Formats: sequence, C-alpha cells, structure tokens
Amino acid sequence: MAADVAGARRTPWVLLSPSLATISLLLIVPMLFIVVYSFWLRTATGADQVGFYLDNWIEVLGDRFYRDILFQTFLIAFYTTVICALVGYVPAYFVANTRMKSKAFLLLLLMLPFWISYIIRTMSWINILGTSGALNTLLISMGIIDDPIQMLYNQQTVVLGLVHYLLPFMILNVYVSLDGIDKNLTEAAQSLGCTGFQAFREVTLPLSLPGLAAGSLLCFVLAAGTYITPIVLGGPRDAMFANLVFEAIVTQLNWPLGSALSLVLLALLGALVVIYTRYLGIDQIAKSFK
Amino acid sequence: MMSGWSVIRIATILVYLFLFAPVAVVILLAFNANQFGSFPIEGFSFRWFEALWNNDAIVRAFKTSLLLGVLTAAISTTLGTLAALAMVRYDFPGKRTISTLLVAPILIPEVVLAVALLLFLQFLAMPKSFGLLLMGHVVFTLPFVVLVVQARLVSIRRDVEEAAMSLGATPVQTFFEVTLPLMLPAVMAGMLFAFTISFDDITGTLFWKPGGVETVPTQIFAMLRNSISPEINALGAVMVIFTIALPLVAASIARVMAMRKAGSSK
Repeated sequence: MAADVAGARRTPWVLLSPSLATISLLLIVPMLFIVVYSFWLRTATGADQVGFYLDNWIEVLGDRFYRDILFQTFLIAFYTTVICALVGYVPAYFVANTRMKSKAFLLLLLMLPFWISYIIRTMSWINILGTSGALNTLLISMGIIDDPIQMLYNQQTVVLGLVHYLLPFMILNVYVSLDGIDKNLTEAAQSLGCTGFQAFREVTLPLSLPGLAAGSLLCFVLAAGTYITPIVLGGPRDAMFANLVFEAIVTQLNWPLGSALSLVLLALLGALVVIYTRYLGIDQIAKSFK
Repeated sequence: MMSGWSVIRIATILVYLFLFAPVAVVILLAFNANQFGSFPIEGFSFRWFEALWNNDAIVRAFKTSLLLGVLTAAISTTLGTLAALAMVRYDFPGKRTISTLLVAPILIPEVVLAVALLLFLQFLAMPKSFGLLLMGHVVFTLPFVVLVVQARLVSIRRDVEEAAMSLGATPVQTFFEVTLPLMLPAVMAGMLFAFTISFDDITGTLFWKPGGVETVPTQIFAMLRNSISPEINALGAVMVIFTIALPLVAASIARVMAMRKAGSSK
C-alpha cells in the first residue's frame, strides 16, 4: 500500500518529465547561456573571447542609436495596442451580445485569422496599398489621381500591418471577458434607472477590463517583438528593436552583442508581463484557449 | 436615426471586412490572368498555380514545411498531452511554478527564444540544421498544446475511469481503453494547433534554418524581397486553403467518428 502511495506521488512527475526536460534544455539553459555570453567579446578575427567584459552592455545601454530604436519600437507597439483596443472592443461586444446563431458563426470567423499565416496576412497589404494595388487602381480608374501614390513603406503601414495581425487576439480576449458578465447585472442597473449607456459605463466596461488588459498585454508584447512586419511593410528607417537583434545575430554574426540586445528586449517586455501577472494573474490569458 | 445597436453591427461588419478583405484579395489575384499578377483583373486562370507546381524551390519548401509541421505536431502533442494529464489529474507541490514553466515559451518573445536556442546549440558546436528547426518548433508549440489539451481535459469525468478500474482494469489498460479515447478530440485539437503554428512560423525559423533550406513562409519572405510576384499570391492562396481546410476536414472527420460511435452504442 505504501508503495502505491509513493507510486501515485511519482506519477505526475513521470508525466511531466519529458516536457520539463525539453523546456529546461532548450529554453532555460539557453537563456542562462546568453546571459553569460553577453559578457564575452567577439574579436575581429571572429572568435569569442571568454571572460567578463562589459563592452557589449556599455554599447547597448550607452549608445543613443539603440535607445532611439527602442523608443520607436515601444511607440509602434503602443499605437498598435491602442488602436487594437479601440477597434477590437466593438466587435467583441457585438459577438458577446448577439443572438446565438450568428454568434457561433462570428466566433468561428474570428478564429480563422489564427489559422492564416502571419507572413501572408502581412504581405497581403502590398496588394492593397502597393503602387499597382487595389486602392491605387481604384483611385486611378475613378480619375481622382493620375499616377499611383506610394502609400507603403512607412511607420503607419507598419502599425497597420501589426493591427491587422494582432486584432483577433484583442477581440477574443475582450469577448471572453464580456461573455462572462452576468446579464442580470446590466438589467439590474437599468431597472434601477441607468440609461443603456450608463449601464455600459458603470457595469459592463469595468467588468470587461481584465480581458482588455490581457488583450493589450498580448498585443504590446507581440508587436514589440516583431521584425518581419517592419521589413515587409516598413521603410529603411522603420527598423524595430528585434531587427537589430536579427542583424547582429544573422548578418553581423556578433553573437555576444546580439545576446545583450535580446536580453534588453526580454527584460523590458518581461517586466511588463510580471507587472501584469502581479495584478491580474496569468489565468486571464489562458481563458481564451477554452 | 440609427439605433446604437445598428451602429455596433455596422462597425463589426467593417472590422471583419478589414480582417478578411486583404486575404480575399490575395486569393482573387492568385487566379488573375494578368501577367504581372496585379490589378486589373484580366480573367480567370490557373497559370500561377502551374508556375508554383513547376518551381522546384517552392515544392521543396512545401515538403520541408510539411515534414517539419508533422514531426513537430507528433512530438509536442505527445509531450504536451502527458504534461496536461499531470496538471489536470494530480495535485503535487510546486504545481504553480510548473504551470508557469510550461507556458514560459509563450511568455518569452519569440526572437529572444530563437537567439538563445541558436547560440546555445552553436556553442555546443551543433550547426544550423533541420534538427535545430524541429527542436525550436517543439519548444514553442508545446505551451499551446498543454493549454489546449488541459482546457478540454477538465471536462472529462473521472468516474468513468474509476468505474473501469473498479471493474478490474489496470491503470495502463484504463488509460488506453477509456481515458485516451475520451481525450482524443483534445489531443487532435492540440496536434492541429501545433501543426499550424509550426507550418506558419517565420520569426524563429529565419534564425534557425540552415542556408539553402526554406520553409513556405521563409520562401515567401525571400520572394518578397525581389518584388511581389503573382506566384506569391498563388502560394499564399495555397497556404490559406491548406491551413483552413485542414482544421475543417479534421473537425468533420471527428464529427463522423463521434456519430458512428454514438450509432454503434445504441
């Protein structure tokens, strides 16, 4: 019997061990490794000089170039998040409050973008806004313009691409929290004399804030960590921080510097996640998987 | 005057249009006969799909993506299902920490995860390879599988298993004859999720892929650098059809299977 109890106590660890081993070996140890690596030096010969050098960190934290791009990255992520919140709230509200039949269909549609490749959704805007794209063709055929306008390759199109990519995350998170609100609450508020809008402002909106916060966190973190969208939809001056990481690692092969850059990005975005989980818990994000 | 609800309805339709119109244009242009693959639409044609089929690089990329996606799905679903079972069925010390650890790959920006894994394996003198791609894809699809399977697993009642055990089934028998069949929809969902994420990934893949090896997304990315060619739209259309048709087919197979089972138990 005692052996049985010990066996039952071991079972969860047996089940967990393959996953934990994978995450430890392929994530935790490599993360610790790049912390160490960021203090090494890449010499001109291309070899790594092992030791404790602060050079990479001084360059990353001291150089204005990096700070400016970091600021620009956060600005783009901020715009993206705010637009997603504003644009995403309305459809989430509609889906949560509409009749049953169209609700299932709208929810299904909302899942579709998750199945469509990010690179395709990003490049699809070239077909719309490019010089021979839908919008220019339309404007020319209507006689409004004579020559195509270059609408692509600027900061706005980077934000546009990111909003298009991240909006479903926002809608879904807000929807989950709106859908969980007891309808009796808004009815009670209205029967006590609130107008429909007052009931929304005083009851529905505050109760949907956890979903809005979860969606915003996801949008911000995912937007701030991207490097594909600026390459596809941005101009040469629209690089984001992750582009610097990619350059350092893949193009310049300066791995210690790339390590330091990655850690800066991780520290800043990680701080956001930690602050968020302190106040709201990680469960809110997990809810949208149900 | 329009009521508030109609305004909300119209706004919702507009947002849905915003989400889907650009993708619809990709599919539309893929069938366009125009030799530059852009507007105006000059007729219906399969020529760009033919061009895809005859493009060796693209066919190779497709095979690579498919193999990578299938292997990733198989490995990370196996690992993730076991972990989800442990999380839902057992209580043990340190459960909260383990739960955070299991979703850690989603909490860390993918770029950072990609850099860490790449540099660590390079340090161990392992060159960029298909194996590295596979390891990377397994790590970052694993949390999604755990979350999806966990969410569905909660709803499977324990008494069925307990009944099997009390009728003399061993724990292993119970797992394979009772728990696993009940879990199958959850496992399938996790597997599809892992496949699609792997099939669509570009952020990590661009760091990990060896020179000369392309997946479909990195191939599209490389082609975009030259200029937008009609083949890209066709490739995009194929990918959209692939990743959307696959879940739908899987869902209908699951439904047919469930109906058969319900029929046979009568």
